[in-house]
Amino acid sequence: MFKLWISIKKDVRILLRDKVGISLMFVMPIILVVVVTSIQNSTFQLVNKNKLPIVICNTDTGKASTQFIESVGKIGLFTVTQIPKEKAKTITDEMHGKDALLGIVIPSNFSSEVDKKAKSASDKAMVAFSGQADSIKTIAKSTKTNEIDPLTLYYNPVLQESLRFSIQGAIGSCLQLVQTRETLRTLYYASNEKELPKSLEDEMLNSNTTINMLPVSKDGTRTTPNASQHNVPSWTIFAMFFVIMSLGGSVVREKVSGSFIRLKTLPTNYLVGLLSKQITYLAVTLLQAAVIFSMGMLLFPYLGLPALNLPSDLFALFLVTLVCGWCAVSYSICVGVFSETQEQSNGFGAVSIVILACVGGLMVPSFAMQGLAKTMANFSPMHWVLQAYYTLFLEGGKLKDVLNNIGSLFIITVVIQFITYLGLKRKNLI
Amino acid sequence: MAADQPFAIAIEHMGFRYPDNAAVSFADLNLKVEKGIRFGLFGPNGAGKTTLMNLMTGVLSVNEGSIKLLGKETGKQNKEVNTLFGFVPQDFSFYQELSPAENLEFFGAWAGLTQTEITNRTDELLHILGLEDVRNKPVEKFSGGMKRRVNLAIGVIHNPQVLFLDEPTVGVDVQTRQAIINYLLKLNESGTTLIYTSHQLNEAEDLCEQIAMIDEGKIITQGHIDDVLKAHNHDSLENLFINLTGKAYRN
Repeated sequence: MFKLWISIKKDVRILLRDKVGISLMFVMPIILVVVVTSIQNSTFQLVNKNKLPIVICNTDTGKASTQFIESVGKIGLFTVTQIPKEKAKTITDEMHGKDALLGIVIPSNFSSEVDKKAKSASDKAMVAFSGQADSIKTIAKSTKTNEIDPLTLYYNPVLQESLRFSIQGAIGSCLQLVQTRETLRTLYYASNEKELPKSLEDEMLNSNTTINMLPVSKDGTRTTPNASQHNVPSWTIFAMFFVIMSLGGSVVREKVSGSFIRLKTLPTNYLVGLLSKQITYLAVTLLQAAVIFSMGMLLFPYLGLPALNLPSDLFALFLVTLVCGWCAVSYSICVGVFSETQEQSNGFGAVSIVILACVGGLMVPSFAMQGLAKTMANFSPMHWVLQAYYTLFLEGGKLKDVLNNIGSLFIITVVIQFITYLGLKRKNLI
Repeated sequence: MAADQPFAIAIEHMGFRYPDNAAVSFADLNLKVEKGIRFGLFGPNGAGKTTLMNLMTGVLSVNEGSIKLLGKETGKQNKEVNTLFGFVPQDFSFYQELSPAENLEFFGAWAGLTQTEITNRTDELLHILGLEDVRNKPVEKFSGGMKRRVNLAIGVIHNPQVLFLDEPTVGVDVQTRQAIINYLLKLNESGTTLIYTSHQLNEAEDLCEQIAMIDEGKIITQGHIDDVLKAHNHDSLENLFINLTGKAYRN
């Protein structure tokens, strides 16, 4: 125990004097978490709070196009800017000028075609109500080609596909509303020879069923996830694995320096040295997590970012973080043992961490992965930590909900330790 | 048991070859170093001095034969043997980020000393080797001579019975060299066997009692320094060295 304690003291001293290593392990991840969360927060707000700027060029002069523009404005998703109809051909320039992500050109025959379609549908309905089946077929044949010219929607390529489809759906709903309103009005007029009362129109068009959106949680709480809840845990994992830049290099440095020759002549097994490094750097990873989580809770609100809320099961959070840290440290030592030079360790370490992060779902959600990528995710320790963190941070899960993740992570870590042991034996280091 | 052994090192029919076969190897090497003497091991570059040191200290393992240190077989991580000797490698074999006191604390613990023993030996060694004033300063800021003294201090922290020194004075000024040599002589007076390699043959004449010269993995001469010089009709080790190993460059 004395040898281990002295070894830990030595490792801590060396670590504290390695200013570059400390900045790589603490400052860089903090900057990364702040920057990524800020960017993701903007996206969250874009989707959830901010409105998308949209430019509409109305080349039509009828009522239906005006109603359509009003409907688009009422959705609450867009900030509508109208431009003169002469600018229809240069709408993309207008989009750039007004920093709009979307643009719509309403064709000049939009209202007249909506009217025609409404009239046609109304006629069919009237015939149907009177029970003249043959007449319905005749009308259907005569109105088959009665289609409205397409409405052109321009979009900035930066918009993600999923958001684009949401926008398309929203615009489609507006079009449907305009068409249905006009059909109702025509139908009512045809049967009653007077205008459809506004109150009745509203009652018929407005859905009385509201959609109650609730995040799914295991503990029954209804906290809406925010960018901090998503990003801080995931990039904390990344930061913990980045310990490889200091630890991997430290193992290689010791291995190739003269001090290792001396260590081999002393009556102490090098495994004591490796155990000391594991304990020291495990403490570092736990400290990293504590610093980043604290920053998310206390500092983020001052930076205009949503505060991080810790999960209710703090013991589970500690356990997941502990096993994650142990895995990160084990992986770093493994890379250090197999690397011949510090350059190899740093280069391979950094690239492999980014790959593990990609595969593990830190950059692309693993639920969006398909086939081989989804299978490979299971081999990335980051995947299991991320799932556990999401269960705790986003779903209000407890220890029993993350035991499976902890178990998988533990198995991966033991395998890495075993590979390290084989490497040490093969290289005659123990 | 170790105290009864007449030989500090006994190498018998030792064979060694690096796995890649490119480096020097030994075949059927025999060498005995009496306990309590100052023994010098010399040879040109690439002759196998450092390899032999590494074999004697258990850093490398022999393929054939045996190497015994105070009667105990050396080998990889032989704890019992490793407490008996100290090693001062040619490279600065310590943590440059740490101070002399911190290095001595770490290596002392790994050598099996208690905290009290480490504290006492640290004070004693830093005093003897003139490092008291810089005991808490990082070694990386030291001169080459000071680093050599730290290297030596670590090698003797646990009072070894046999001390291996691989070019312990390379790159130091005259004062430091004298200080190191004087300290080594004192150590030997107190019973420590010194096994030393160097290219400084004048220094070796002052320090060593017995020598062996090796070249291409073979011992080409060995014995008491005066006897060896007499047998080969030379008045200095340098002349003998040139005579036995030639003037051609060695890599």
